[in-house]
Amino acid sequence: MDIAGILATKGDKTHTVRPEQTIREALALLARHNVGALIVVEGGERPVGVLSERDIVREAARNEHLFGETVGDVMTRDVITGAPHDDLLTVAHTMTERRIRHLPVVDKGRLVGIVSVGDILKAQRDQYQGELDTLQTQFLSDERGR
Amino acid sequence: MARPGTAAEPLRVAIVGAGPTGYYAAEALLKNERGVVVEVDVFDRLPTPYGLVRAGVAPDHQKIKAVTASFDKVAANPRFRFFGGVEFGKDLTLGDLRAHYHQILYCTGAQTDRRMGIPGEDLQGSHPATEFVAWYNGHPDYRDYVFDLAQERAAVVGVGNVAIDVARILCRTPEELAATDIADHALEALRKSRVKEVYLLGRRGPAQAAFTNPEIKEIGGLADADVIVRAEEVELDPLSRATLDKSQDRATLKKVEILQGYALRKPAGRSRRLIVRFLVSPVELTGDAAGRVVAMLLVRNELYATATGALQPRATTQFEALPVGLVFRSVGYRGVPLPGVPFNESWGVILNEKGRVLDPCTKQPVVGEYTAGWIKRGPSGVIGTNKPDAAETVACMLEDLAQGTVLRPAHAEAAAAEALVRQRTPHCFSYADWLRLNELEVSRGRPQGRPRVKFTRVEEMLAALGR
Repeated sequence: MDIAGILATKGDKTHTVRPEQTIREALALLARHNVGALIVVEGGERPVGVLSERDIVREAARNEHLFGETVGDVMTRDVITGAPHDDLLTVAHTMTERRIRHLPVVDKGRLVGIVSVGDILKAQRDQYQGELDTLQTQFLSDERGR
Repeated sequence: MARPGTAAEPLRVAIVGAGPTGYYAAEALLKNERGVVVEVDVFDRLPTPYGLVRAGVAPDHQKIKAVTASFDKVAANPRFRFFGGVEFGKDLTLGDLRAHYHQILYCTGAQTDRRMGIPGEDLQGSHPATEFVAWYNGHPDYRDYVFDLAQERAAVVGVGNVAIDVARILCRTPEELAATDIADHALEALRKSRVKEVYLLGRRGPAQAAFTNPEIKEIGGLADADVIVRAEEVELDPLSRATLDKSQDRATLKKVEILQGYALRKPAGRSRRLIVRFLVSPVELTGDAAGRVVAMLLVRNELYATATGALQPRATTQFEALPVGLVFRSVGYRGVPLPGVPFNESWGVILNEKGRVLDPCTKQPVVGEYTAGWIKRGPSGVIGTNKPDAAETVACMLEDLAQGTVLRPAHAEAAAAEALVRQRTPHCFSYADWLRLNELEVSRGRPQGRPRVKFTRVEEMLAALGR
C-alpha cells in the first residue's frame, strides 16, 4: 500500500498557513480544524515548512511575545516531504526513526496532502486486521474441508 | 421529525455494489451496537453477487473464495435484500435512490485498469489483465472476448497478485485448470493454448514487488512449467539491502529468499517457462503491418530513494527487445466515476472523508451519501482489509443518523423500493435466485469433480431459473 491510499479518504483539504501570518492566526486555525500541525505554503501550494504544536511550545517557552511573531519565524524548515507512491512501510519507518509527526505529501512540486503518525497507525492497523481476517477465513475453510 | 432507525421506521440503506465491501458494510449496519433497526438493499449490475470474489479471484484459489460462506450468512438476515442485474445510473438513478432511502453507500470498487501510457499500448494482442481475468472467470460482459493464445510468448506487465494470477493461469496444464471453476469457454481456449513462455515484468526489484509470498511460492509448484529467475536481478542492490537491514521486515526477507531460490534452480525442461524479470519497464510495443503486437522494448531501471526513503525506479539508457505476441498490462486499478457522484481525480476515488462523500465546492459532506472499499481508498490490501474500511464508513453513517443528518425520502418503505426496481428491471435477480443458481452451478460441476461450472450468460441464468 502507498500513502496515496491514506490521502484518498481525507477529502482534498489540507490545512495550510502562509509564512507572513501571525502565530495568533495559526493557533486559531489549529484549534478550529482540530489538528496538530499546519503546512506552511508560499504561492498557494509550494510547501516551505511545517508549523507544529511542538514548534509553538518551544517558542512559547522562551518568547513572551509569541502571539505576534510570524509563522515563518517559528516554523520548522528543511521539512522531509513524501510522494504519493511512497510505500506505507518505509514511510512508517522513516517517521518513527526521525520522530516526524506530520509529513507533507508533494506531487510535482504541489502540496497534495498531509499524513500524520495517527494516519499511519490506523492504516497499518487496518492492514493487519484485514490480513488476519482473511487468513482466519481461509483457515476455517480448511478445517471445514477436513 | 422522528429519526428513522426504529422497528416502525427502519433506517433504509441502499448499497451499490455486492462485492466484499458491500457485504461487510451490510453486516456492520445490520449488527450495529446502537440498536438502530436497519434495512439494507444491495444492488449490483451483475445478476450474481460477491464482486471480485467471483469475477476476480483466480479459479485455482478456491480457498480464498470460501469467504462467501460468511457473506451468505449476512444475506440470510431478513432485513437484507439483493437486487442483481440492476445498474446504478442506468436502471436506477441517484434521484431514485434519494426518493427511497435515508442513506446511500457506494461500494463499486476499482473497475478499470491503469494504462501504461506508452506507444503501441493499443495494438492488437495488448490487453488489460483485468479483461483476461474477467474472461476466464466467466464475467458475462467479457464472455465473448478473444485472446490470441496461438502466440508462443506472452508478457505480463506488473508484479502484483493479479499479474501473477494471469501468468499462472497461462502456465497451468489443462488438467490443472479442469479441476477448478474456470469458465468453460476459457478452459476450452486454454486447452489449445500454444503459449510456451510467459514473462512477468517488474519495474522495481524483488524487495519492492507487490505480490505476496504464498503467490510467489505457488508458481514454484506448477505441474508443467519451469520458473526462471536471473540471479543478478534478485541480488539486492545496496539501497534495498540497507532498507531491509533496517526494517527487518520478515515478509520481504522471505520474498527475496524464495526468488533467490528460484534463481538457483536448473530448468527441468518442462513444457512452459515462467520467467520473472525485475528492474525493467516497457517503453514501447511494436507491431507488424497488420497492427499486431510482435515485440516490446524494455528499458532497464535503477532504484533511487525518495526523501522518505521509499525506493522508486528510474530508467537507465540500457534497452533490450523482447519478442512477444501477447501483452497483459497489470499496473494498477482505478475507480470509475459514478453518474452524479463527486470524484477525486488525483486518487481515482469518490471524493470523501472517512467514507462521507464530500461536495467538491464546499468540501462539506453530502447528506446521506457514503462510500467504502476500493472506490473510497483506492485498490489496496486483501479482501479482509475492506472490513475495517467498511466499519469506519458505517460508524460515520450511524453518527450522522444520531445527529439527524439523513435524507428524508418520500417513499421510505421497502415495498415501494422493490416495486420501482421490478418496474425498471423486470428480470432482476433476488438472493433466492442466486442461491438457486449457485446450487445448479455446483451440481453441474460435481460429475466433473469441479467446484462448480459457472453460468456465463445472463440469458442462460434466466433460462436456468425457468424465466
